[in-house]
Amino acid sequence: MELIYILLIPVVVAALSLFPTKGRDFAPLTTITGTAAVFIASLHTALKASAGSDVVAVEGWLACDAFGGLLLLLVSFVGLTAAIFSWGYTGRIAGPNATVRVCRYYRRYNLFLVSMLAVPVLSHISMVWIAVELTTLLSVFLVSFPNTPEAIEAAWKYSVLTCMGAALALFGILILYWGMTISGGGPFTWSGLLAAAPKMPPALLQTGFLFILIGFGTKAGLVPLHTWLPDAHSQAPSPVCALLSGVETSTALYAIMRLIPAVQAITDGHSGRWVLIFGLVSAGFAAFLLIQVKEYKRLFAFSTIEHMGIILVAVGMGGAGAYFGATYQILSHTMAKSFCFFAAGAALRVAGARDINSVKGLIRESPLVGASLLLGALAISGAPPFAVFLSELTILKAGVSSGQYVATGLLALFVVIAFCGIMFHISRMVFGKPMPHSESRPLPTSYATSLSLAAIPVCLFGLYIPGPLLELLRLAANALGR
Amino acid sequence: MPGTDSTILLLTELNALAASFFLLTAFGLIATRQILACLRIFVIQATFLAASAFILSYQNASGSLFIVGGITLAVKAVLIPWLLLGTLGDELRSRREISQVFNISTSLLISLILVVFAYFVSVPLLGSAPGGASSVNLPIGLAGLLLGAYAMTVRREAVPQVIAILSMENGAFFAGIAIAPDLPLIAELAAAFDVLIITRVLGVLVMKVHEHIGTTAVGDMAALKEE
Repeated sequence: MELIYILLIPVVVAALSLFPTKGRDFAPLTTITGTAAVFIASLHTALKASAGSDVVAVEGWLACDAFGGLLLLLVSFVGLTAAIFSWGYTGRIAGPNATVRVCRYYRRYNLFLVSMLAVPVLSHISMVWIAVELTTLLSVFLVSFPNTPEAIEAAWKYSVLTCMGAALALFGILILYWGMTISGGGPFTWSGLLAAAPKMPPALLQTGFLFILIGFGTKAGLVPLHTWLPDAHSQAPSPVCALLSGVETSTALYAIMRLIPAVQAITDGHSGRWVLIFGLVSAGFAAFLLIQVKEYKRLFAFSTIEHMGIILVAVGMGGAGAYFGATYQILSHTMAKSFCFFAAGAALRVAGARDINSVKGLIRESPLVGASLLLGALAISGAPPFAVFLSELTILKAGVSSGQYVATGLLALFVVIAFCGIMFHISRMVFGKPMPHSESRPLPTSYATSLSLAAIPVCLFGLYIPGPLLELLRLAANALGR
Repeated sequence: MPGTDSTILLLTELNALAASFFLLTAFGLIATRQILACLRIFVIQATFLAASAFILSYQNASGSLFIVGGITLAVKAVLIPWLLLGTLGDELRSRREISQVFNISTSLLISLILVVFAYFVSVPLLGSAPGGASSVNLPIGLAGLLLGAYAMTVRREAVPQVIAILSMENGAFFAGIAIAPDLPLIAELAAAFDVLIITRVLGVLVMKVHEHIGTTAVGDMAALKEE
């Protein structure tokens, strides 16, 4: 039943923003209430899933296991913090049709959120494909929301490339369905596919997987199909960036990772090697591109590509330790990256510039923003004692213990390069002498609230993970294979 | 219902005919120089997709494929052109030439290579899972998919890129009607709805591009890049 509420609440809230209202705070407040309710329902679902039993709403169509529960929890948490952040963002929209634009923003926001919540909740694979495709289509106008030429260019590249990827993934899914029919049928769900995989012709399974890897990989920002990602993730409004970078990419990865146990079982590691190479190329490419970025939001966007690469490397290495590292990395990346984009949004508001070079001495100008940006940079680049450090360490340890020294060594190198790149740029922004400003730009309360809320898991999860969450991570890793 | 061998043979031949015309339209999308012609060819391609669905539904006595054919006709041959003409009428009717990265003869040569590639990818798949109509629809559907992806990459104009994406979906479904004929109807309906949203979203976005950037030669947009 929770699953139905989770999908229903954002739709209702989106519908509410259709009605003309007097106050422009109506839409933000209903959205915050709605996302809070969704978060509680997701927490409930995740708790049930962490006890080891799947939450089933409609057999064969709507169900959620531990891996789905993990993703649900992440999407709903970032959905809540980004909704609070959005209040401050939309508060600044001015102009004759400001109220209409605010309502439009929240309508799109809620619909985008429901499409992402649907990915882990839907069981039928073809419906998952449609949900992933909808996450693109429903977020295009959020990316282009600022209506600047750059934002529209970014939205265009984003929609065109990911739609192309979706068509490739569709072909892969049809091939998998063909394999299911040949091997005797059964429900076309993740578990049904896993059960039927040993009977399927390996050629079909492998080809289908490759198409899906490339198709959904486009959406997760895997090199060489990443070109849209830094544009879209830097031009969109900051709360939307947090959703795009923090969780939308993870939902695409989720769809790929779900196939891993089925594919690994019959191709004895061949597909794992594909995943490993894709991951290493993405992580390496992004780590080197990080060094020469000019805008700080682009910096975090490239860091997303790097982290997607790291997760895929962990998945490609295989083995229980690496799989646990992968799910842990998904958790730590989402928390840290959404926090980073909130901090970047706050910095953009305070400093009024996108370039790294035109922002200096942030910590003196606004201690909260400067400290947040520094905290975010340390957390995302993998400094101890943050969660990203521990998850990356888990992956590297698993790589060494399974004897994959080359991949592990390269990954460690890329992680260090990315660490230096991020810290170099961010420390230049945070420290130093502040630039003289003509006007002072106060930070909205909602920005501070959302930053402090998002900071809790960032600071906490490196030191202590609550028992049920740890169990959820373990079960999710088990769903990937042993 | 198909009774005799000659009927089955006739149906198979008819399906192969539809498939060859489908492939021809995929080439047409790459070779054409005008935007309106691009849309016309897309409509013809969707019609051949529907025709193949109808033929296969008669051959397999499958009701759901018949509905798929009907949905395809309604959505891709009627609603999508109507939507595109509604939002982007002036854009479509402009008689300027669409520029490509390569000239057309080079493009056609590369397309030919892609078709051969699609055939060689399909052979091992068909070898592990033999099945009547798939042997025609799978390679040609895959070729349609790859040619659409190629057209999308080399076109520098917004509307032809949108049409290329839609033709990629056509290619995937052309293979789909043969290899996955009993896909649940709700999935087919959702996919048709999805294609409509793609058209609507991209159509509106093209208008925004035109309004705020002043051109729809999206290949020339370069405000966002590293350096």
